Amino acid sequence: MEELLRVLTLALGELLAPATAAYALAAIGLNVHFGYTGLLNVGQAGFMLLGAYGFGIATISGAPFWVALLIAMAAGTLFAVILGLPTLKLRGDYLAIVTISAAEIIRMLGRSTLFDDYTGGSAGIRGGDYKGSFQELSFLPDGRTMIGPLEYLNNGSDSWWTRIFAWTLVILALIVVWLLTRSPWGRVLKGVREDEDAVRALGKNVYSYKMQALILGGVLGALAGIVYVLPGAIAPDSMGRTMTFWVWTVMLLGGAATLFGPVLGSMLFFFVYMVVRTGMRTDLMEFLPIPTQNVDHVAGVLVGVTLMLIVIFRPQGILGNKKELALDAR
Amino acid sequence: MPDEKTVNENDAGAAAQGATDQDAPAVSETAKRAGRDLSHVAPEVGVAKPDAILTARGVQRRFGGMTAVDVDYLEVERGAITALIGPNGAGKTTFFNLLTGFDKPNQGMWTFQGEPIAHKSAARVARAGMVRTFQLTKALSRLTVLENVLLAATRNPGERMFASMFQPLWAGTEARNKEKALEILERFKLDKMRDEYAGSLSGGQRKLLEMARALMTDPAMIMLDEPMAGVNPALVQSLLGHIQDLRDEGMSVLFVEHDMHAVRHISDWVVVMAEGRIVAEGPPGSVMQNQAVVDAYLGAHHDTDLGDDALLDPEVLARLEAEEEKR
Repeated sequence: MEELLRVLTLALGELLAPATAAYALAAIGLNVHFGYTGLLNVGQAGFMLLGAYGFGIATISGAPFWVALLIAMAAGTLFAVILGLPTLKLRGDYLAIVTISAAEIIRMLGRSTLFDDYTGGSAGIRGGDYKGSFQELSFLPDGRTMIGPLEYLNNGSDSWWTRIFAWTLVILALIVVWLLTRSPWGRVLKGVREDEDAVRALGKNVYSYKMQALILGGVLGALAGIVYVLPGAIAPDSMGRTMTFWVWTVMLLGGAATLFGPVLGSMLFFFVYMVVRTGMRTDLMEFLPIPTQNVDHVAGVLVGVTLMLIVIFRPQGILGNKKELALDAR
Repeated sequence: MPDEKTVNENDAGAAAQGATDQDAPAVSETAKRAGRDLSHVAPEVGVAKPDAILTARGVQRRFGGMTAVDVDYLEVERGAITALIGPNGAGKTTFFNLLTGFDKPNQGMWTFQGEPIAHKSAARVARAGMVRTFQLTKALSRLTVLENVLLAATRNPGERMFASMFQPLWAGTEARNKEKALEILERFKLDKMRDEYAGSLSGGQRKLLEMARALMTDPAMIMLDEPMAGVNPALVQSLLGHIQDLRDEGMSVLFVEHDMHAVRHISDWVVVMAEGRIVAEGPPGSVMQNQAVVDAYLGAHHDTDLGDDALLDPEVLARLEAEEEKR
């Protein structure tokens, strides 16, 4: 029983964890790409890693926090423009191929010895090197605070301050995306998703709308990257393809083209993931033939299976509209 | 013009009557009614029209060694319904795609309302006032019917990314657009479906929705790619009525079509393409009698009703085949 409580507490902690917020933010960006505009971005982790590098390297070079934040956003914008320029005139599949390889290129360049002085190679950048300016911003008094079963330091890496900042960003992103998608601009994006030739025939510059969407989602991805590395360090190998697929899972789980889908998806995903991982380690689950050292792998397999099950049995996700989906003959 | 009304009321009857009448008068009733009498224009390929809205010169499109479109000169009259017909593979749709910016020509130029629009993007062509529909209708399935039409509105400040976040900047425009969209939907009898997803509409309703969407852009010219394809006969009549209404409101219409009855009864001018070239032009009544057209497009047996039970009779079939052999 005590063990069960511990598992639940850990899982509850995941609901508010900075990483959960980071994934939610990245999935909100991916939702702008895929859910609203129909762009197949299979390299969201690339945007995140670039944002993290942008923020980290700028801070280490002496930029104040907000300037570093803007630099990260600019890096996301630039990446989106570079990827979009050659591919957005072509069919959707091309963007998918280009994004997945570009994300890998960013990671490979980051971990190569070429830019060792800036990126720290495969070891990455230590958190302590770039967190100072962020933690100085905190208005919380020092000490620890316990809310319900959750207790964290007020300030520091894995702190309430990091959580407040992360979720504030998520809320701001939600507001921006809500304002944009309820507007005529959002309607054009949805039109592009449904049939870009039809929208083109009505005199809209489809290319420009797709580029705007790619940039917006990419900037959100870059911000997500910052949130992701604020409690820890910048490690290029932890921000690779796996991360992209998790962002996809989070978005599809919650429901593509829904406002709150990415947030709900992220919370649910990490809650269940924590329950599964810690749950399998408890004595209660001793009857399972899974050695402790393999628990994480099994959990990873379950993530993959979940993604498949969602796509097959509930492609509209949790918040998605079944009626809307019934029309999708493609 | 009091005459206009009377003819208009008789139109349905005239159309029904005409459907059985193979020898339609040289000038269609509709042309007279709209005051677009092209009867004094010589029925020759490349002839100049009194008031051309679209002028194309030397348009060529090649796919590898095959020349799909090779149009020397064509003028399309303003405020008239022009039909573009021809057998399968004649290059009608390719020519259509070129004109609307959905394909790029190997050479050639054309002007629309005096403005050169060759090599312009499809969106630019549409903004210049030439809006098209598609043969396979492109309803934006997961948008509502009303949203489909609203999307077509032009110059909406809310379609700019930054302005769109501030509703007061576009709420007024949106409200006016909505009023107009609802009027258009009512006209096409889609107003009851306004909040349904466009994907739930029937094939015919989608055709109407596409037309409604095109109309919402206030075009000078509407380009319809096979508007009657896959539409049941009852709706064809209503579609024809809508197309005539567009013309009567001063819009120019160019449409690609296979349905000969439709072409005969609503078009003011017919352009016939075969093997990429324009082989004939003229008023619908006389162009059908042009021997080159009859041979190239309609075939020697265009008088034979293919739905006729006589074709089930092997003797009749054999006779037709023998005649075909002789030619």
